[in-house]
Amino acid sequence: MFDLSPQDWTAVALSLRVAAVSTVIALPFGIAIAMLLARGSFWGKSLLDAAVHLPLVLPPVVTGYLLLISLGRKAPLGAFLADHFGIVFSFRWTGAAVACGIMAFPLLVRAIRLSIEAIDRRFEDAAATLGANRGWTFMTVTLPLALPGIIAGMMLAFARALGEFGATITFVSNIPGETQTISAAIYSLIQVPGGDADALKLVVISVVICVVALLASEWLAKRATARLHGA
Amino acid sequence: MGRDMLAVHVEKNLGEFSMNVAFTSESRATALFGPSGAGKTSLINMIAGLLRPDRGRVEVDGEVLFDSAARIDVPAWRRRIGYVFQEGRLFPHISVRNNLEYGRWMSGHKFDPAAFEHVVELLDIGHLLDRRPGKLSGGERQRIAVGRALLMQPRLLLLDEPLASLDTARKRDILPYLERLRDEAQVPMIYVSHNANEVKLIASRVVWLDGGRVATTGGVERLDATQVDMLA
Repeated sequence: MFDLSPQDWTAVALSLRVAAVSTVIALPFGIAIAMLLARGSFWGKSLLDAAVHLPLVLPPVVTGYLLLISLGRKAPLGAFLADHFGIVFSFRWTGAAVACGIMAFPLLVRAIRLSIEAIDRRFEDAAATLGANRGWTFMTVTLPLALPGIIAGMMLAFARALGEFGATITFVSNIPGETQTISAAIYSLIQVPGGDADALKLVVISVVICVVALLASEWLAKRATARLHGA
Repeated sequence: MGRDMLAVHVEKNLGEFSMNVAFTSESRATALFGPSGAGKTSLINMIAGLLRPDRGRVEVDGEVLFDSAARIDVPAWRRRIGYVFQEGRLFPHISVRNNLEYGRWMSGHKFDPAAFEHVVELLDIGHLLDRRPGKLSGGERQRIAVGRALLMQPRLLLLDEPLASLDTARKRDILPYLERLRDEAQVPMIYVSHNANEVKLIASRVVWLDGGRVATTGGVERLDATQVDMLA
Protein backbone atom coordinates (compact mmCIF):
# COMPACT_ATOMS: atom_id res chain seq x y z
CA MET A 1 0.00 0.00 0.00
CA PHE A 2 2.66 2.49 1.04
CA ASP A 3 5.14 1.77 -1.73
CA LEU A 4 5.01 5.38 -2.85
CA SER A 5 7.49 6.88 -5.22
CA PRO A 6 10.16 9.13 -3.65
CA GLN A 7 8.49 12.05 -5.35
CA ASP A 8 5.20 11.30 -3.61
CA TRP A 9 6.90 11.01 -0.23
CA THR A 10 8.52 14.35 -0.91
CA ALA A 11 5.07 15.80 -1.52
CA VAL A 12 3.82 14.38 1.78
CA ALA A 13 6.79 15.76 3.73
CA LEU A 14 6.48 19.11 2.01
CA SER A 15 2.78 19.31 2.81
CA LEU A 16 3.41 18.64 6.48
CA ARG A 17 6.18 21.22 6.56
CA VAL A 18 4.14 23.87 4.75
CA ALA A 19 1.09 23.28 6.95
CA ALA A 20 3.08 23.29 10.19
CA VAL A 21 5.14 26.36 9.33
CA SER A 22 2.15 28.35 8.09
CA THR A 23 0.16 27.51 11.22
CA VAL A 24 2.96 28.46 13.59
CA ILE A 25 3.76 31.70 11.78
CA ALA A 26 0.09 32.66 11.53
CA LEU A 27 -0.55 31.98 15.23
CA PRO A 28 0.80 35.20 16.83
CA PHE A 29 -0.95 37.31 14.18
CA GLY A 30 -4.11 35.28 14.68
CA ILE A 31 -4.03 35.83 18.44
CA ALA A 32 -3.40 39.57 18.01
CA ILE A 33 -6.23 40.02 15.51
CA ALA A 34 -8.59 37.83 17.55
CA MET A 35 -7.82 39.93 20.62
CA LEU A 36 -8.47 43.14 18.67
CA LEU A 37 -11.77 41.84 17.33
CA ALA A 38 -12.88 40.38 20.66
CA ARG A 39 -11.92 43.30 22.88
CA GLY A 40 -11.22 46.36 20.80
CA SER A 41 -13.68 49.03 19.88
CA PHE A 42 -12.30 51.19 17.14
CA TRP A 43 -13.30 52.70 13.85
CA GLY A 44 -13.11 50.18 11.02
CA LYS A 45 -13.50 47.11 13.21
CA SER A 46 -16.15 45.53 10.97
CA LEU A 47 -13.92 46.31 8.01
CA LEU A 48 -11.05 44.44 9.63
CA ASP A 49 -13.41 41.58 10.45
CA ALA A 50 -14.49 41.44 6.81
CA ALA A 51 -10.90 41.56 5.56
CA VAL A 52 -9.92 38.67 7.83
CA HIS A 53 -12.80 36.60 6.49
CA LEU A 54 -12.08 37.45 2.87
CA PRO A 55 -9.95 34.37 2.08
CA LEU A 56 -12.88 32.22 3.24
CA VAL A 57 -15.25 33.63 0.63
CA LEU A 58 -12.97 34.62 -2.24
CA PRO A 59 -12.21 31.99 -4.85
CA PRO A 60 -8.79 30.60 -3.82
CA VAL A 61 -7.49 31.36 -7.30
CA VAL A 62 -8.23 35.02 -6.69
CA THR A 63 -6.32 34.96 -3.39
CA GLY A 64 -3.42 33.24 -5.13
CA TYR A 65 -3.42 35.77 -7.93
CA LEU A 66 -3.50 38.66 -5.47
CA LEU A 67 -0.48 37.13 -3.75
CA LEU A 68 1.25 36.77 -7.08
CA ILE A 69 0.79 40.40 -8.03
CA SER A 70 1.81 41.65 -4.57
CA LEU A 71 4.54 39.24 -3.45
CA GLY A 72 5.81 37.99 -6.80
CA ARG A 73 9.39 38.65 -7.79
CA LYS A 74 8.45 41.58 -10.01
CA ALA A 75 5.80 43.00 -7.74
CA PRO A 76 6.86 46.06 -5.70
CA LEU A 77 6.53 44.40 -2.28
CA GLY A 78 8.01 41.11 -3.47
CA ALA A 79 10.97 42.87 -5.12
CA PHE A 80 11.56 44.94 -1.99
CA LEU A 81 11.61 41.87 0.25
CA ALA A 82 13.90 40.03 -2.15
CA ASP A 83 16.35 42.91 -2.58
CA HIS A 84 16.59 44.02 1.03
CA PHE A 85 15.99 40.88 3.06
CA GLY A 86 16.64 38.11 0.59
CA ILE A 87 13.14 36.78 1.21
CA VAL A 88 11.68 35.24 -1.92
CA PHE A 89 8.23 33.72 -2.01
CA SER A 90 7.52 33.08 -5.65
CA PHE A 91 7.94 29.47 -6.70
CA ARG A 92 9.35 28.54 -3.29
CA TRP A 93 7.85 26.41 -0.53
CA THR A 94 7.85 29.52 1.65
CA GLY A 95 5.38 31.03 -0.79
CA ALA A 96 3.21 27.96 -0.37
CA ALA A 97 3.35 28.51 3.39
CA VAL A 98 2.26 32.13 2.95
CA ALA A 99 -0.65 31.10 0.73
CA CYS A 100 -1.71 28.39 3.19
CA GLY A 101 -1.36 30.72 6.16
CA ILE A 102 -3.60 33.30 4.56
CA MET A 103 -6.19 30.76 3.50
CA ALA A 104 -6.26 29.29 7.01
CA PHE A 105 -6.23 32.63 8.81
CA PRO A 106 -10.01 33.17 9.08
CA LEU A 107 -10.49 29.79 10.74
CA LEU A 108 -7.65 30.44 13.16
CA VAL A 109 -8.90 33.89 14.13
CA ARG A 110 -12.49 32.75 14.48
CA ALA A 111 -11.73 29.92 16.90
CA ILE A 112 -9.42 32.05 19.05
CA ARG A 113 -11.78 35.00 19.06
CA LEU A 114 -14.68 32.90 20.29
CA SER A 115 -12.62 31.52 23.14
CA ILE A 116 -11.40 34.98 24.15
CA GLU A 117 -14.97 36.27 24.12
CA ALA A 118 -16.00 33.41 26.39
CA ILE A 119 -13.47 34.33 29.09
CA ASP A 120 -14.90 35.74 32.27
CA ARG A 121 -13.26 39.14 32.36
CA ARG A 122 -13.60 39.33 36.11
CA PHE A 123 -10.53 37.09 36.31
CA GLU A 124 -8.61 39.86 34.58
CA ASP A 125 -9.88 42.36 37.16
CA ALA A 126 -8.65 40.02 39.87
CA ALA A 127 -5.22 39.90 38.21
CA ALA A 128 -5.12 43.71 38.11
CA THR A 129 -5.84 44.00 41.83
CA LEU A 130 -2.95 41.58 42.40
CA GLY A 131 -0.53 43.89 40.61
CA ALA A 132 -0.58 42.51 37.06
CA ASN A 133 -0.43 45.13 34.31
CA ARG A 134 -2.22 44.52 31.02
CA GLY A 135 0.65 42.63 29.43
CA TRP A 136 1.07 40.26 32.35
CA THR A 137 -2.67 39.82 32.68
CA PHE A 138 -2.79 38.80 29.05
CA MET A 139 0.10 36.37 29.38
CA THR A 140 -0.87 34.77 32.67
CA VAL A 141 -4.68 34.86 32.60
CA THR A 142 -6.22 35.61 29.20
CA LEU A 143 -3.96 33.41 27.09
CA PRO A 144 -4.09 30.31 29.33
CA LEU A 145 -7.87 30.61 29.65
CA ALA A 146 -8.16 30.83 25.85
CA LEU A 147 -5.93 27.80 25.32
CA PRO A 148 -8.64 25.31 24.27
CA GLY A 149 -9.75 27.72 21.55
CA ILE A 150 -6.18 28.35 20.47
CA ILE A 151 -5.57 24.63 20.09
CA ALA A 152 -8.79 24.19 18.13
CA GLY A 153 -7.87 27.12 15.89
CA MET A 154 -4.40 25.76 15.22
CA MET A 155 -5.86 22.40 14.32
CA LEU A 156 -8.35 23.92 11.90
CA ALA A 157 -5.62 26.04 10.35
CA PHE A 158 -3.32 23.06 9.99
CA ALA A 159 -5.99 20.97 8.30
CA ARG A 160 -6.99 23.84 6.06
CA ALA A 161 -3.35 24.40 5.08
CA LEU A 162 -2.92 20.73 4.33
CA GLY A 163 -5.86 20.82 1.95
CA GLU A 164 -4.97 24.12 0.31
CA PHE A 165 -4.78 23.88 -3.46
CA GLY A 166 -6.06 26.81 -5.50
CA ALA A 167 -4.17 29.71 -3.95
CA THR A 168 -0.95 27.73 -3.67
CA ILE A 169 -0.88 26.47 -7.22
CA THR A 170 -1.76 29.93 -8.54
CA PHE A 171 0.90 31.67 -6.50
CA VAL A 172 3.82 29.23 -6.50
CA SER A 173 2.87 26.73 -9.17
CA ASN A 174 3.32 22.96 -8.91
CA ILE A 175 7.04 22.21 -8.80
CA PRO A 176 7.95 18.73 -7.52
CA GLY A 177 10.20 18.97 -4.50
CA GLU A 178 9.63 22.68 -4.01
CA THR A 179 5.96 23.60 -4.12
CA GLN A 180 4.19 20.36 -4.96
CA THR A 181 2.08 19.52 -1.91
CA ILE A 182 -0.11 16.44 -1.54
CA SER A 183 -3.06 18.15 -3.19
CA ALA A 184 -0.97 19.32 -6.14
CA ALA A 185 0.65 15.90 -6.46
CA ILE A 186 -2.76 14.21 -6.54
CA TYR A 187 -3.89 16.67 -9.15
CA SER A 188 -0.78 15.94 -11.28
CA LEU A 189 -1.15 12.18 -10.90
CA ILE A 190 -4.73 12.08 -12.07
CA GLN A 191 -3.78 14.08 -15.15
CA VAL A 192 -1.53 11.28 -16.41
CA PRO A 193 -2.74 7.87 -17.62
CA GLY A 194 -2.20 5.17 -15.00
CA GLY A 195 -1.61 7.65 -12.19
CA ASP A 196 -4.86 6.78 -10.39
CA ALA A 197 -3.32 4.11 -8.16
CA ASP A 198 -0.65 6.45 -6.80
CA ALA A 199 -3.20 9.21 -6.46
CA LEU A 200 -5.37 6.94 -4.36
CA LYS A 201 -2.45 6.20 -2.03
CA LEU A 202 -1.91 9.91 -1.49
CA VAL A 203 -5.62 10.34 -0.87
CA VAL A 204 -5.48 7.67 1.85
CA ILE A 205 -2.43 9.30 3.40
CA SER A 206 -4.03 12.72 3.52
CA VAL A 207 -7.15 11.24 5.11
CA VAL A 208 -4.97 9.53 7.74
CA ILE A 209 -3.05 12.74 8.50
CA CYS A 210 -6.23 14.73 8.93
CA VAL A 211 -7.90 12.14 11.15
CA VAL A 212 -4.80 11.88 13.35
CA ALA A 213 -4.55 15.67 13.58
CA LEU A 214 -8.24 15.94 14.49
CA LEU A 215 -7.97 13.27 17.19
CA ALA A 216 -4.82 14.87 18.60
CA SER A 217 -6.38 18.31 18.81
CA GLU A 218 -9.53 16.86 20.31
CA TRP A 219 -7.45 15.19 22.99
CA LEU A 220 -5.34 18.29 23.64
CA ALA A 221 -8.38 20.54 23.87
CA LYS A 222 -10.04 18.14 26.29
CA ARG A 223 -6.97 18.11 28.48
CA ALA A 224 -6.69 21.89 28.39
CA THR A 225 -10.37 22.25 29.31
CA ALA A 226 -10.01 19.73 32.12
CA ARG A 227 -7.07 21.69 33.48
CA LEU A 228 -9.17 24.82 33.53
CA HIS A 229 -11.84 23.08 35.55
CA GLY A 230 -9.58 21.76 38.19
CA ALA A 231 -8.84 18.17 37.31
CA MET B 1 -3.59 58.69 64.41
CA GLY B 2 -3.39 62.08 62.89
CA ARG B 3 -4.58 61.55 59.40
CA ASP B 4 -7.32 59.40 58.01
CA MET B 5 -6.43 55.97 56.77
CA LEU B 6 -8.98 56.39 54.06
CA ALA B 7 -10.67 59.43 52.54
CA VAL B 8 -13.15 58.87 49.75
CA HIS B 9 -15.43 61.17 47.87
CA VAL B 10 -16.74 59.80 44.59
CA GLU B 11 -19.54 60.52 42.18
CA LYS B 12 -20.57 58.09 39.51
CA ASN B 13 -23.51 57.83 37.19
CA LEU B 14 -24.40 54.22 36.47
CA GLY B 15 -27.33 54.53 34.11
CA GLU B 16 -30.51 54.62 36.22
CA PHE B 17 -28.49 54.67 39.40
CA SER B 18 -26.25 57.45 40.55
CA MET B 19 -23.77 57.45 43.37
CA ASN B 20 -22.45 60.27 45.47
CA VAL B 21 -20.53 58.96 48.43
CA ALA B 22 -18.17 60.68 50.82
CA PHE B 23 -16.66 59.23 53.95
CA THR B 24 -13.42 59.08 55.86
CA SER B 25 -12.21 56.46 58.23
CA GLU B 26 -9.28 56.10 60.55
CA SER B 27 -10.49 52.75 61.79
CA ARG B 28 -8.58 49.54 61.08
CA ALA B 29 -11.80 47.74 60.25
CA THR B 30 -14.51 49.69 58.51
CA ALA B 31 -17.75 48.13 57.33
CA LEU B 32 -19.70 49.23 54.32
CA PHE B 33 -23.19 48.25 55.22
CA GLY B 34 -26.46 48.50 53.35
CA PRO B 35 -29.07 46.61 51.35
CA SER B 36 -28.41 44.99 47.99
CA GLY B 37 -28.22 47.62 45.29
CA ALA B 38 -27.00 50.32 47.66
CA GLY B 39 -23.82 50.67 45.62
CA LYS B 40 -21.42 48.91 47.98
CA THR B 41 -19.60 46.88 45.35
CA SER B 42 -19.43 49.81 42.93
CA LEU B 43 -17.90 51.89 45.69
CA ILE B 44 -15.10 49.46 46.50
CA ASN B 45 -14.51 48.88 42.80
CA MET B 46 -13.84 52.60 42.58
CA ILE B 47 -11.46 52.39 45.53
CA ALA B 48 -9.67 49.42 43.93
CA GLY B 49 -9.42 51.17 40.57
CA LEU B 50 -11.66 48.72 38.70
CA LEU B 51 -14.37 51.33 38.13
CA ARG B 52 -13.59 54.91 37.28
CA PRO B 53 -15.54 57.58 39.15
CA ASP B 54 -16.95 60.48 37.13
CA ARG B 55 -15.67 62.91 39.71
CA GLY B 56 -14.00 62.80 43.06
CA ARG B 57 -10.98 61.82 45.06
CA VAL B 58 -9.70 58.64 46.67
CA GLU B 59 -6.92 58.80 49.20
CA VAL B 60 -5.50 55.78 50.99
CA ASP B 61 -2.96 56.12 53.76
CA GLY B 62 -1.89 59.56 52.62
CA GLU B 63 -1.49 58.69 48.96
CA VAL B 64 -3.87 60.07 46.37
CA LEU B 65 -4.98 57.24 44.08
CA PHE B 66 -7.64 59.15 42.21
CA ASP B 67 -8.31 62.84 41.88
CA SER B 68 -10.39 64.00 38.95
CA ALA B 69 -9.48 67.65 39.52
CA ALA B 70 -5.74 66.90 39.47
CA ARG B 71 -6.16 64.27 36.74
CA ILE B 72 -4.67 61.55 38.89
CA ASP B 73 -5.81 58.01 38.24
CA VAL B 74 -3.43 55.34 39.48
CA PRO B 75 -4.21 52.10 37.60
CA ALA B 76 -5.58 49.22 39.63
CA TRP B 77 -2.44 47.15 39.25
CA ARG B 78 -0.33 49.83 40.91
CA ARG B 79 -2.67 50.56 43.83
CA ARG B 80 -1.58 47.70 46.10
CA ILE B 81 -5.10 47.20 47.34
CA GLY B 82 -6.00 43.61 48.10
CA TYR B 83 -9.47 42.56 46.99
CA VAL B 84 -11.39 39.52 48.13
CA PHE B 85 -14.23 39.08 45.68
CA GLN B 86 -17.65 37.78 46.56
CA GLU B 87 -17.11 34.59 44.53
CA GLY B 88 -13.40 34.29 45.32
CA ARG B 89 -12.34 34.51 41.70
CA LEU B 90 -9.42 32.15 42.11
CA PHE B 91 -7.61 31.54 38.84
CA PRO B 92 -8.96 28.17 37.69
CA HIS B 93 -5.95 27.21 35.59
CA ILE B 94 -3.29 27.27 38.29
CA SER B 95 -2.87 25.52 41.62
CA VAL B 96 -3.82 26.98 44.99
CA ARG B 97 -0.15 27.59 45.75
CA ASN B 98 0.31 29.51 42.52
CA ASN B 99 -2.85 31.50 43.19
CA LEU B 100 -1.36 32.50 46.54
CA GLU B 101 1.96 33.36 44.90
CA TYR B 102 0.47 35.33 42.01
CA GLY B 103 0.57 38.73 43.69
CA ARG B 104 4.18 38.25 44.75
CA TRP B 105 5.20 37.30 41.20
CA MET B 106 3.57 40.36 39.76
CA SER B 107 5.16 42.70 42.27
CA GLY B 108 8.56 41.03 41.94
CA HIS B 109 9.07 40.59 45.69
CA LYS B 110 11.39 37.87 46.93
CA PHE B 111 9.77 34.79 48.40
CA ASP B 112 9.31 35.25 52.11
CA PRO B 113 8.81 31.78 53.65
CA ALA B 114 7.84 33.20 57.03
CA ALA B 115 5.11 35.42 55.58
CA PHE B 116 3.83 32.58 53.43
CA GLU B 117 3.77 30.17 56.36
CA HIS B 118 2.06 32.75 58.53
CA VAL B 119 -0.79 33.28 56.08
CA VAL B 120 -1.14 29.57 55.38
CA GLU B 121 -1.34 28.88 59.08
CA LEU B 122 -3.62 31.83 59.80
CA LEU B 123 -6.16 30.59 57.29
CA ASP B 124 -5.47 26.88 57.77
CA ILE B 125 -5.00 26.14 54.07
CA GLY B 126 -1.75 24.14 54.14
CA HIS B 127 -3.44 20.91 53.04
CA LEU B 128 -4.91 22.60 49.96
CA LEU B 129 -1.76 24.04 48.39
CA ASP B 130 -1.35 21.49 45.63
CA ARG B 131 -5.03 21.31 44.71
CA ARG B 132 -6.75 23.21 41.96
CA PRO B 133 -9.48 25.74 42.79
CA GLY B 134 -12.17 23.90 40.83
CA LYS B 135 -12.49 21.10 43.35
CA LEU B 136 -12.58 23.19 46.52
CA SER B 137 -15.57 23.94 48.72
CA GLY B 138 -16.91 27.49 48.89
CA GLY B 139 -15.38 28.07 52.32
CA GLU B 140 -11.97 26.81 51.28
CA ARG B 141 -12.07 28.99 48.19
CA GLN B 142 -12.84 32.11 50.21
CA ARG B 143 -10.02 31.42 52.66
CA ILE B 144 -7.59 31.08 49.76
CA ALA B 145 -8.93 34.27 48.19
CA VAL B 146 -8.21 36.04 51.49
CA GLY B 147 -4.72 34.52 51.56
CA ARG B 148 -4.05 35.53 47.99
CA ALA B 149 -4.99 39.14 48.71
CA LEU B 150 -2.93 39.19 51.93
CA LEU B 151 0.22 37.80 50.34
CA MET B 152 0.46 40.64 47.85
CA GLN B 153 1.25 42.81 50.89
CA PRO B 154 -1.59 45.25 50.39
CA ARG B 155 -1.89 48.54 52.20
CA LEU B 156 -5.63 48.05 52.35
CA LEU B 157 -7.80 44.97 52.11
CA LEU B 158 -11.25 45.07 50.53
CA LEU B 159 -13.61 42.22 51.34
CA ASP B 160 -16.77 42.18 49.25
CA GLU B 161 -19.36 40.06 51.04
CA PRO B 162 -16.84 37.24 51.43
CA LEU B 163 -19.43 35.08 53.18
CA ALA B 164 -22.42 35.77 50.95
CA SER B 165 -22.01 32.64 48.86
CA LEU B 166 -21.74 30.34 51.89
CA ASP B 167 -24.39 28.61 53.96
CA THR B 168 -24.84 29.45 57.63
CA ALA B 169 -22.66 26.64 58.98
CA ARG B 170 -19.82 27.59 56.63
CA LYS B 171 -20.14 31.23 57.61
CA ARG B 172 -19.61 30.26 61.23
CA ASP B 173 -16.50 28.35 60.18
CA ILE B 174 -14.97 31.31 58.42
CA LEU B 175 -15.84 34.19 60.71
CA PRO B 176 -13.14 33.27 63.26
CA TYR B 177 -10.54 33.42 60.49
CA LEU B 178 -11.70 36.89 59.56
CA GLU B 179 -11.48 37.99 63.18
CA ARG B 180 -7.94 36.65 63.40
CA LEU B 181 -7.16 38.40 60.15
CA ARG B 182 -8.33 41.70 61.59
CA ASP B 183 -6.35 41.20 64.79
CA GLU B 184 -3.14 39.72 63.43
CA ALA B 185 -2.61 40.71 59.82
CA GLN B 186 -1.82 44.39 60.42
CA VAL B 187 -3.67 45.41 57.27
CA PRO B 188 -6.56 47.86 57.49
CA MET B 189 -9.69 46.46 55.94
CA ILE B 190 -13.00 47.46 54.46
CA TYR B 191 -15.63 44.84 54.98
CA VAL B 192 -18.69 44.97 52.73
CA SER B 193 -21.79 43.25 53.99
CA HIS B 194 -25.54 43.48 54.27
CA ASN B 195 -25.49 41.36 57.41
CA ALA B 196 -25.51 43.37 60.64
CA ASN B 197 -24.25 40.49 62.78
CA GLU B 198 -21.19 39.98 60.62
CA VAL B 199 -20.50 43.67 60.61
CA LYS B 200 -20.73 43.91 64.38
CA LEU B 201 -18.34 41.01 64.77
CA ILE B 202 -15.71 42.23 62.33
CA ALA B 203 -15.78 46.00 62.16
CA SER B 204 -15.55 48.82 64.63
CA ARG B 205 -16.89 51.54 62.41
CA VAL B 206 -19.69 51.39 59.91
CA VAL B 207 -20.58 53.43 56.86
CA TRP B 208 -24.22 52.82 56.01
CA LEU B 209 -25.02 53.14 52.33
CA ASP B 210 -28.47 53.40 50.85
CA GLY B 211 -29.44 54.26 47.29
CA GLY B 212 -25.94 55.37 46.35
CA ARG B 213 -25.65 57.80 49.27
CA VAL B 214 -24.21 57.60 52.76
CA ALA B 215 -27.18 57.28 55.10
CA THR B 216 -25.19 57.43 58.29
CA THR B 217 -21.77 56.67 59.74
CA GLY B 218 -20.56 55.83 63.21
CA GLY B 219 -19.55 53.03 65.53
CA VAL B 220 -20.99 49.58 64.96
CA GLU B 221 -23.20 49.98 68.04
CA ARG B 222 -25.44 52.16 65.89
CA LEU B 223 -26.56 49.01 64.14
CA ASP B 224 -28.41 48.01 67.33
CA ALA B 225 -30.10 51.35 67.74
CA THR B 226 -31.47 51.36 64.21
CA GLN B 227 -32.97 47.94 64.18
CA VAL B 228 -32.16 46.16 61.03
CA ASP B 229 -34.85 44.37 59.16
CA MET B 230 -33.00 44.19 55.87
CA LEU B 231 -30.43 41.68 56.92
CA ALA B 232 -30.29 38.14 55.70
